[in-house]
Amino acid sequence: AVSLPFAVGQCGNQVGCRFWDLALREHAAVNKKGIYDEALSSFFRNIDTRSGGNGPDIYKGKICSLKARALLIDMEEGVVNEILQGPLRDVFDSKQLITDVSGSGNNWAVGHKVYGCQYRENIVEKLRKAAEHCDCLQCFFIIHSMGGGTGSGLGTFVLNLLEEEFPEVYRFVTSVYPSGEDDVITSPYNSVLAMKELNEHADCVLPIENESLFEIVNKIHQMTNSGKLGSTVKQNSLVTSSAGSAKTLQEKPFDAMNNIVANLLLNLTSSARFEGSLNMDLNEISMNLVPFPRLHYLVSSLTPLYTLADVNVPSRRLDQMFSDAFSRDHQLIQADPKHSLYLACALLVRGNVQVSDLRRNIERLKPSLHFVSWNQEGWKTGLCSVPPVGHSHSLLALANNTCVKPTFIELKDRFMKLYKKKAHLHHYLQIDGMEQSCFSEAISSLSDLIEEYNELDATKGGPRIDPQRLKIAV
Amino acid sequence: MSIVTVQLGQCGNQIGHEVFSALCSDIRGTHGLCSKEENESYQESSKERFFSQEESGVPAARAVLVDMEPKVISQTLSRAASSGHWKYNSHSHFCQKQGSGNNWANGYCVHGPRHKEAIMELVQKEAEKCDRLGGFFTIMSMAGGTGSGLGAFVTQCLRDAFPTSFLLNHVIWPYGTGEVIVQNYNSVLTLSHLYHSSDALLVHENDVIHKICAQLMNIKQISFRDVNQVIAHQLGSVFQPTHTAGGGSGYSRNPLGDLLEPLVPHPEFRLLGLRNIPQMPESSLAFSSFSWPGLLKHLRQILIAKAHMEEGIDWQVRPPGSSIPSTNKPLHFNTSIANLVILRGKDVHSVDLGSFQDPSLYTSWLNPQDAFSAWKTPRAFNKYEKSAALVSNSQFLLKPLDSIVGKAWNMFASKAYLHQYTKFGIQEEDFLDCFTTLEQVISSYTNL
Repeated sequence: AVSLPFAVGQCGNQVGCRFWDLALREHAAVNKKGIYDEALSSFFRNIDTRSGGNGPDIYKGKICSLKARALLIDMEEGVVNEILQGPLRDVFDSKQLITDVSGSGNNWAVGHKVYGCQYRENIVEKLRKAAEHCDCLQCFFIIHSMGGGTGSGLGTFVLNLLEEEFPEVYRFVTSVYPSGEDDVITSPYNSVLAMKELNEHADCVLPIENESLFEIVNKIHQMTNSGKLGSTVKQNSLVTSSAGSAKTLQEKPFDAMNNIVANLLLNLTSSARFEGSLNMDLNEISMNLVPFPRLHYLVSSLTPLYTLADVNVPSRRLDQMFSDAFSRDHQLIQADPKHSLYLACALLVRGNVQVSDLRRNIERLKPSLHFVSWNQEGWKTGLCSVPPVGHSHSLLALANNTCVKPTFIELKDRFMKLYKKKAHLHHYLQIDGMEQSCFSEAISSLSDLIEEYNELDATKGGPRIDPQRLKIAV
Repeated sequence: MSIVTVQLGQCGNQIGHEVFSALCSDIRGTHGLCSKEENESYQESSKERFFSQEESGVPAARAVLVDMEPKVISQTLSRAASSGHWKYNSHSHFCQKQGSGNNWANGYCVHGPRHKEAIMELVQKEAEKCDRLGGFFTIMSMAGGTGSGLGAFVTQCLRDAFPTSFLLNHVIWPYGTGEVIVQNYNSVLTLSHLYHSSDALLVHENDVIHKICAQLMNIKQISFRDVNQVIAHQLGSVFQPTHTAGGGSGYSRNPLGDLLEPLVPHPEFRLLGLRNIPQMPESSLAFSSFSWPGLLKHLRQILIAKAHMEEGIDWQVRPPGSSIPSTNKPLHFNTSIANLVILRGKDVHSVDLGSFQDPSLYTSWLNPQDAFSAWKTPRAFNKYEKSAALVSNSQFLLKPLDSIVGKAWNMFASKAYLHQYTKFGIQEEDFLDCFTTLEQVISSYTNL
């Protein structure tokens, strides 16, 4: 089954670029014979380049030329051009790109209404072409940030479009939320306007906060440079590492941060691509983690952040991996799931981990976690045999947990600070199709969502009353 | 007489592979402990029952592999082929790409009707290869989407297409603390539907087999493969050729019928539990020796006390005195409708099974002679010098069933996840019907 990632905007494309690089590396490590297999086909097409780049897809046999199944959309050329000049240039062709020159000015309305309208047909056409090449299209991924104009505005426009044109294909969105100190003043407006679209049109959203990524990057730097670790860290095992080389100090922090998000997506799709004793496909994630349609925000955590060079992995270390997955500092948003309420939790393990390891750890960790009364054993588990490059095993945890609430409440507060003063509002309202009601509807949608989480939190710790069972006449 | 196996979903296919592997290994084994003639007869009978001869000379399992995504079938086919001793027929499989998403409704309402023709055509082909078709054996889990939902649909199709054939469903009950969050919904939907089309449900619970792996097989890092191999051993101990009670010198010519007719006398009671002793790591087999009286004493107590294996049995549980009316039966005691004990190996014919015919073990509707059957076969199974299997229609599964229905009901009352099912065509009323069916089953078994 095929997944089609869309990178929209600067952030989206930078993450996307890291993602494709890591995906190629991962498949290269596993696929020694150079055969185009089922696993590769979920992200890449195999083109016969002898007929000059427009050749037919080759479905079996040796790898000829791999092309990523992707759409890269940006209203500025900078990032996309960089990708096309870099080592990934052969993985994309012009038919997958939609670019413009002037950017969206950090204005959601420009991205959504102006560019949306302008590029609608172009996007639909390229989308259809990309879908045609897919044997079985299961899922769309949108990678974008919420705080700017293109990723946020045009990204959510594309989300709408996907629902209209391909209603049966799942829509997963990886959204980078702005931090409080974001230098884009209007990021709260952009984010809240985008949130309404995510509430209504996404199947699953994986919110990411730059602050969390930054903290993780710092933590890794500290650990690798402080000499605290007994043995050396395997360089290519850093969740932040790119291109296999050890340029930890010179790396721009954003590169390292983007790698984390790219790894998240790789791990999320690993069980759909590679074999294992208990497969977990993307449609299963949506099925198990979304008990009510609007409550589809999943907090993610990745462990380990790096692997030590020693080969022996005693089960103690394996268990530490599970513990870390639930700790505050491994979450990709500023949240503490342990102290909030779980609606559902998924654990996707990669590598040499068996069902007994999973069960032992679930039993061990369960007592310290709070699950909603109607889903006391709400665990979805997956075992994928193939570990990520540089690791012997890894764990991705996805939680539908009320700990997302503070992120949304803060966003709402920042929005209200600006909105009360009507600050910068005219930049939005002057755009064709934008009205005051867009704002009031958006904030209302966010408030409703927060209220749903409040209602759930209110049930936490309360008395457990099991509903009466059906009585049968004897 | 041949049995056609339908392997459904990841679990069904993974287990199916281990079953045929175990059967083949047992057939080829040299530890039969019986005469050469007996052994050859056993081998012929087993081969006929489970494998068809192909031109290549390598026996092909009489099986149809069904899954909604390709990875597992692909692996299963190649693992079998690499054994060199058996394989699956290269055409007897059906798969799609997108999976069922752990959604019973998707499996049952969408994939089922869409792929019915293709799947049934494969089944028909396998059935036609059999000189005499003894019935169908389906393997599925009830927690996911394909094995459970599509499995329920296919079972119905089998019933419709082969109304007079025996149809036995092997159903895997998932670990209690979740493999799949909606597993209880999927289970309720599966069990209630199977109850209407299947002859019987032969159940294995992951939690129970896991304990066997940990405590008896001494496996440290238990994998699904380990679990599946124990399950395969237990199934093999039931379905390999046996001499039935009055069957004369030959092996049973009607394995499913011989099993189902005595064990399922009433349509309301279709749940069969399976126990097998002894179980131990292969490395210990050579150093262990058991006596039949010892084995049977344990097996009987396993039955009475609803134990899972030969360790940790509660010896305090006793059958009530026969003069005590049924309402006073102690809570922990397992009342049986019918039991079948299958003995394989050394000195079987000298074994006395009178203790299993004790009327206090059973409900009063059948004569104890009719409620209990025993099959004895001198040919040893899977390197065990002595092996005893118990297939029981009793209260074994009552508590686990009640637990699953309880959890599902709890979730249903909050309406969680229902939108995922209604999206594909299963409505709240459908759920209610299924709950009603199962509460009825629970009530029936409780009041034995």
